[in-house]
Amino acid sequence: MAKVFKRTYSYAFLIPAAIIYLLIFIFPTIMSFFFSLTRWNLTSWTFIGLDNFKMFFQEASLLIGFKNTLIYALVTCVLKVVLGLLLGVFLTSKIRAKGYLRSVIFFPTLLSTIAVGITFSMMMHPTQGLINTALAAIGIAGPDWLGDTRIALLSVALVDVWKGVGFATVIYIAGILSIPQEYYEALEMDGGGAFRKFWNIILPLSRPATNSVIILSFIGGLRSFDLVWAMTKGGPGFTTDLIASIIYKQYQGGYYGLATAGNVILFIVVTALALPLYSYLNRKEAEL
Amino acid sequence: MSRKIKGLGIEVIAILLTIVIFWIPFYFVIVNALKDKKESSLLNLAWPSTIHLWDNLKEVITARDYMLLRAFYNSTLLTVISITVLILVCAMAGFVMQRRNDRATPWLNFLVLSGLIIPPAIVPTIWVLNGIGLFKTLPGLVLVEVALGFPFGVLLYKGFMAGIPREVDEAAVVDGSSGLGLFYRIILPLLQPVTATIIVTSSVGIFNDFTNPLYFFPGAKNATVQLTLYNFQSQFVTQWNLLFMNILLITLPPLVLFIVFNKKIVAGMTAGSVKG
Repeated sequence: MAKVFKRTYSYAFLIPAAIIYLLIFIFPTIMSFFFSLTRWNLTSWTFIGLDNFKMFFQEASLLIGFKNTLIYALVTCVLKVVLGLLLGVFLTSKIRAKGYLRSVIFFPTLLSTIAVGITFSMMMHPTQGLINTALAAIGIAGPDWLGDTRIALLSVALVDVWKGVGFATVIYIAGILSIPQEYYEALEMDGGGAFRKFWNIILPLSRPATNSVIILSFIGGLRSFDLVWAMTKGGPGFTTDLIASIIYKQYQGGYYGLATAGNVILFIVVTALALPLYSYLNRKEAEL
Repeated sequence: MSRKIKGLGIEVIAILLTIVIFWIPFYFVIVNALKDKKESSLLNLAWPSTIHLWDNLKEVITARDYMLLRAFYNSTLLTVISITVLILVCAMAGFVMQRRNDRATPWLNFLVLSGLIIPPAIVPTIWVLNGIGLFKTLPGLVLVEVALGFPFGVLLYKGFMAGIPREVDEAAVVDGSSGLGLFYRIILPLLQPVTATIIVTSSVGIFNDFTNPLYFFPGAKNATVQLTLYNFQSQFVTQWNLLFMNILLITLPPLVLFIVFNKKIVAGMTAGSVKG
């Protein structure tokens, strides 16, 4: 029987997957550790030790990418969790326009990031942009959203939230709908109001949804590239450069070793932050 | 009664907010796609004095020697081929990985899970594609899309496979079916719900992908719709009406998909993201 079993579920089924996945994803990942220690141009390389990494930590224009990436990931993640939860609660309550609201909030998830980026950079134009024209109409002088070095990164992060909050909301809706009705009934027997319903039932029991949203949006935020690239190209100066956009700039400049070192740094940042976060959240979940 | 009114008030405010936050940007794109160059440069919400739908459409399509049409062709081909390969590869792998349990299992699971977290190593991937002669080619880009979509796809198939009883397999094997026959004739049709999910969600993802084509599919002949839009950004710098028309055109496919498969997309997006 074991022989039949082996023949039926033959590992031969894994061959196409193995070839593609190992060759195109795993192998380059392993090689990136080697190439990050070299100066190379796809055909020949010189071994230069840790010089690329030193460069990354000494150049202000490269180092800023770290800080920005962390800020960006944190801001987008927190906003998606908070707004996603609130919208999730609101859209699972007894309201008539539920279907419409869910669809509208979810729709931006399906849009092309480049299109969203271009549209918003037009709307954020300091003098002609829609946002500042609207603000001026009610007597507020709007800032230069993408030109002011202090807020440019946050402006991009807000657009990211606009685009991604629908996804977080959908995960929360799924999580809230899977809470058994008995809990609500028990609370009603006790005479608890809407706030207690949220605080004592929805918040603790939508924990798995919260964990999913945190992990997905945090990792997504750390790896973010296309929205920033479409909106600011890392500017003004380097104030909105993320690790991923720095990798692209180095690649464009032909600094393949440096770009690969950036990739390795991104790899380390993502695993060093995401894995502990993931296991911490899972432990918390198990305690429930 | 007063609670009812309060509830209604909140709903009305919510709907008004969606109009401001979501409909206005959308309207902004549509209205400016219909204007002439001069009017669209004002970047406002005013209705166009004359509608330039056809002129703008023609101009965007004919720009740079029908670049947009080629881009649509490339993007469609990329999406269709990638998804076909992705489904076959993921379903086969998911089938065996769920049914077998031996010493290799934890390692395989680890490899797949790491693919969900690890950012792809870009330049080394270019080096590999270059080495096998597929850099700057559509097949090369297909391989990249499949490799990156593989972990999520396998997890979905594995999860669904767990719900298909082994008795089904055993009955087929007793009837003399080989592993391959069992998979194609019985298992793959049963996996249809996951297949539909992957088709809908991945097609949006791959069609909208910008980063991978940017790196692995450079060159003017090789435009995908996202790259074309990105390149038009610098070319139409004073012709915003054309830029908006372009945005409108590349938003249409996901929009149609959304209208047809709204529920399916939402179900697919949440599949596997919430345990419990």
